[in-house]
Amino acid sequence: MKKGVMRPGHVQIRVMDLGEALKHYVDLLGLIEMDRDEHGRVYLKGWTEVDKYSVILIEADAPGMDFMAFKCVDEATVDNLAQAIRDFGLEVTELPAGDLKDCGRRVQFVAPTGHVFELFATKEQTGKWGVSNVNPEAWPRGLKGMKATRFDHCLLYGDDLLGNLKLFTEVLGFDLAEQVIDPEGQPVGLFLTASMKAHDVAFIKHAEKNKFHHASFYLDSWEAILRASDLISMTDTPLDIGPTRHGLTSGQTVYFFDPSGNRNEVFTGGNYHYPDFPPISWKAEDLGKAIFYHDRLLNERFLTVLT
Amino acid sequence: MSKTVYTIAIADSNQSFHLRAGETLLAGMEKSNCRAIRVGCRGGGCGLCKVKVLHGQYQTKPMSRQHIKAHEHAAGLALACRVLPESDLVLQPDYFQNT
Repeated sequence: MKKGVMRPGHVQIRVMDLGEALKHYVDLLGLIEMDRDEHGRVYLKGWTEVDKYSVILIEADAPGMDFMAFKCVDEATVDNLAQAIRDFGLEVTELPAGDLKDCGRRVQFVAPTGHVFELFATKEQTGKWGVSNVNPEAWPRGLKGMKATRFDHCLLYGDDLLGNLKLFTEVLGFDLAEQVIDPEGQPVGLFLTASMKAHDVAFIKHAEKNKFHHASFYLDSWEAILRASDLISMTDTPLDIGPTRHGLTSGQTVYFFDPSGNRNEVFTGGNYHYPDFPPISWKAEDLGKAIFYHDRLLNERFLTVLT
Repeated sequence: MSKTVYTIAIADSNQSFHLRAGETLLAGMEKSNCRAIRVGCRGGGCGLCKVKVLHGQYQTKPMSRQHIKAHEHAAGLALACRVLPESDLVLQPDYFQNT
């Protein structure tokens, strides 16, 4: 929040079959369909999110992530950061209000790792789904599947981690909450936060630019993660790893794939961060324990499957 | 009535496995003891299970254009997780590792 970036705002994910994708994201994950537009995009969100949507699905001939956006406190912040990003040396594209349905203007840029990010300040607020803002009940009835509470973060693979570290911490005001460092002291994993969370976005070093590892959704308990894993099996959804605990962030987690091969995570718990906390470091040679805290064995699929 | 069973053979090796009509190539392999094809996202998106079909008929479900271009599709290249055999098949081993 140091420079006015509040939280992940939305992610646009490409899927090869919209019908199959909706069964996954709505019926299994429990996201709520909020709207559609004339371009065929579908807008979804988790029930605790106050903005109208946080996940946008678009049909395409190859899966992956189109862009990830962060919401800022106000339009002045968007302007100031857009200029700071230009001063950093990146081109900034202005997208008008309404380009994404019921979203204000967005500024888009390509990070050193090749990923497309956006900043915006205005989006229609529909409030938490199913509960009032006055004397709210504990949770809404009618949630499906895993009952995901919110879109939490993305983990992205790319090459120029040092460039991203500079951009996110010095220009955008994120903190480095956790990292993975190689024997030479160079970062091979960055976990960046704009808040108290262990990460709002994370990067792992990889030879190719602009690769998508996963989008993550938050659940409230380890039991919810177990239940989610049961649902994964009941629906014959391809499992990646888990349920287990991560060394990094200490979160409890399970990973699985959507019908187009995009990886999803649901997770809970884990560390919190304040700006005066030094970054937590994991050594690259102990990556097994860093990712799979119990098994400690590196899983090839988890490291190589990307969209 | 039981479903038709197809035999999937790996060219230039002793490996083969059986699957039932309606099962994808990769799902059939996973159920057997054969480990000839790498298992990734199982949704046609990541490219890890890319194979070349040398003989046989099959249908494919949508596959990422990033991993199977149109000309490759025409040449018999496919993602095993999206291949639905319609006859016995012979697969080329160059596109996957033996584990």
